[in-house]
Amino acid sequence: MDAGINKSSRRSHKQIRMEVAFRRMLMMIAIVMVILVLGIMLTLTIESIPSIKSLGIKYLWGKTWDPVNNVYGAYPFLIGTLLTSFLALIISIPFSFAIAIYLGEYNSKGWLSNFLKNTVELIAAVPSVIYGFWGLIVLVPLVRELEMKFNVLPYGIGIFTSSIILAIMIIPYAASMGREVIKMVPSNLKEGAYSLGATRYEVIKNIILPYTKSGLFAGILLSLGRALGETMAVTMVIGNTSLLPTSIFSPGNTMASVIANEFTEADHTVYLSALIELGLVLFVVTVIINVIGKSIIKRFAND
Amino acid sequence: MKKITQILSIILVTVGFMSSTKAQDDKTLLGAGSTFIYPFFSKTFSQYNAKTGIQVNYQSIGSGGGILQLTNKTVDFGASDGPLNEEQTKKIGVPVLHIPMASGAVVLTYNLPGNNNGIVLTPDVIADIFLGKITKWNDPRIVSKNKGVNIPAFPILVTHRSDGSGTTAIFTNYLSKVSPEWKTKVGAGGAVNWPVGLGGKGNEGVSGLVKQTPGAIGYVELIYSLQNKLDYAKVVNKKGKVIAPSLASVTAAGNVKMPEDSKIFLTDTDAADGYSIAGFTWAIIYKEQNYNSRSADRAKKLLTLLWWNIHEGQQFAAPLNYAPLSKEALKIAEKILKSATYNGKPILK
Repeated sequence: MDAGINKSSRRSHKQIRMEVAFRRMLMMIAIVMVILVLGIMLTLTIESIPSIKSLGIKYLWGKTWDPVNNVYGAYPFLIGTLLTSFLALIISIPFSFAIAIYLGEYNSKGWLSNFLKNTVELIAAVPSVIYGFWGLIVLVPLVRELEMKFNVLPYGIGIFTSSIILAIMIIPYAASMGREVIKMVPSNLKEGAYSLGATRYEVIKNIILPYTKSGLFAGILLSLGRALGETMAVTMVIGNTSLLPTSIFSPGNTMASVIANEFTEADHTVYLSALIELGLVLFVVTVIINVIGKSIIKRFAND
Repeated sequence: MKKITQILSIILVTVGFMSSTKAQDDKTLLGAGSTFIYPFFSKTFSQYNAKTGIQVNYQSIGSGGGILQLTNKTVDFGASDGPLNEEQTKKIGVPVLHIPMASGAVVLTYNLPGNNNGIVLTPDVIADIFLGKITKWNDPRIVSKNKGVNIPAFPILVTHRSDGSGTTAIFTNYLSKVSPEWKTKVGAGGAVNWPVGLGGKGNEGVSGLVKQTPGAIGYVELIYSLQNKLDYAKVVNKKGKVIAPSLASVTAAGNVKMPEDSKIFLTDTDAADGYSIAGFTWAIIYKEQNYNSRSADRAKKLLTLLWWNIHEGQQFAAPLNYAPLSKEALKIAEKILKSATYNGKPILK
């Protein structure tokens, strides 16, 4: 009898120790990630000091990027990044929501649904340089024809073309997340609406979308994060000019693309530091957008 | 020649003798820098390895990166398409040697449908196109130099490199020499603030833009244009002669009186049959080779390698579309290599 109690208490003792160790391990791994992010932030800040010292706050709204005379202004690239990302988001939303609703509500099971789901997810798996090439060879001539109809300078490459490429690249993120949340809408809610005589469209509009809006928005936020940081595909079709874009058809440049283009040959301290500061600005912009996004999601969830 | 083979065989024997006792590491030399010279280096270094057993690990990380690695003393030599600038010279602190390895050139490629006879451009026209002052192909200044050639009335689309590069450094250096306005407004460098035009990443990015857009003009490396059979413009040089870019005319560009340290851009050359937009790629080493407790043996191996590269190595240049060093450049390069020292004593005799 005694021995039995002893044995079981020893085991539960061991189990508790195991629990504690497991919890500590999880916490440690999580802390490592936090340290990593803070470390990146710190490194970017420290390495930006020469540029901050020599250019000051003017860096943010300066319109000239001149490595020869050591004058750097990030404004055109900041605008380029925000313009391409938000335009891409606007283009992608109808597609990603349509995919999410179709695969989540109309056709959520069966081989066709699976096939479509995997195909959409495959879009995210294609390397971005391939999108760049495709854009350069297929999309650019099409956009050029469109521009000739609109009577703007037919460059073919520029903000608009980049936005289309980006839109295609980010569709799967919002679509996959949207499909998951739409699938999770409790069926008794939907059945209730149907029993009151609602049509399918009315159910989607009045039940599904309001119920899932915070999840759908989180998907959009994920897409936006991807669009902000995309480099290779954008740099191949945006035109890479440091002039401020005047319309959505103008050529421009993004922060990520400038860093990728100029980092290897940046041959003086302030130049290199200005490029790193560009990374810092991109980092801060991403953080700000995420914070705003999270607060919107919270408000949705509280409704 | 005989002397060199003698030296080489002596070194070979010495190396062979020593390698039995020394660590594996001693047979590997490290280099980093210019991407432009990489195909040439990888050919000559593999030949050299087959001959001597010495391995050269060259990383093509870009000229700026190569100079940084040399400054940090993590490589035996750097390679750069431009000489060290003021800041880099100050940072490195001690004298370094620039040894020309081969020359390259920049050509102007264009897309003019209906033109099969090629075009000729003068320096001032090139500068004004890239300044955005000449905007149409049928500008009188272009047409007057191309009598009897079909030049359509397209608007000009300027394209340039979006990434920092030695190609851009050579081209903007040329523009600064031939146009005072370019010099004050834009200047020269691996990346500049372009007054007009679109940027493409790498030679392939620029040529892609040019191929796609009727009326476009851009600049790419000579090698790239030869390999891809692009149309390129003939350029009027300083002596007023119309010169087509070729390996011969690029080598000829280097046949001029050169400063003792070889640190010049060959652009806007005085040579009558030289092509105007050309430049060296240099290997860069410390003048005093005894640093970081390097062995005298390692220093000697490095110097011998570079010596071999500017002599026997040059035969591999032309097949790979690099312009071999001119006689004048070779003389200077030999002199510079001989000025390298170990503990103040010359390494090569």
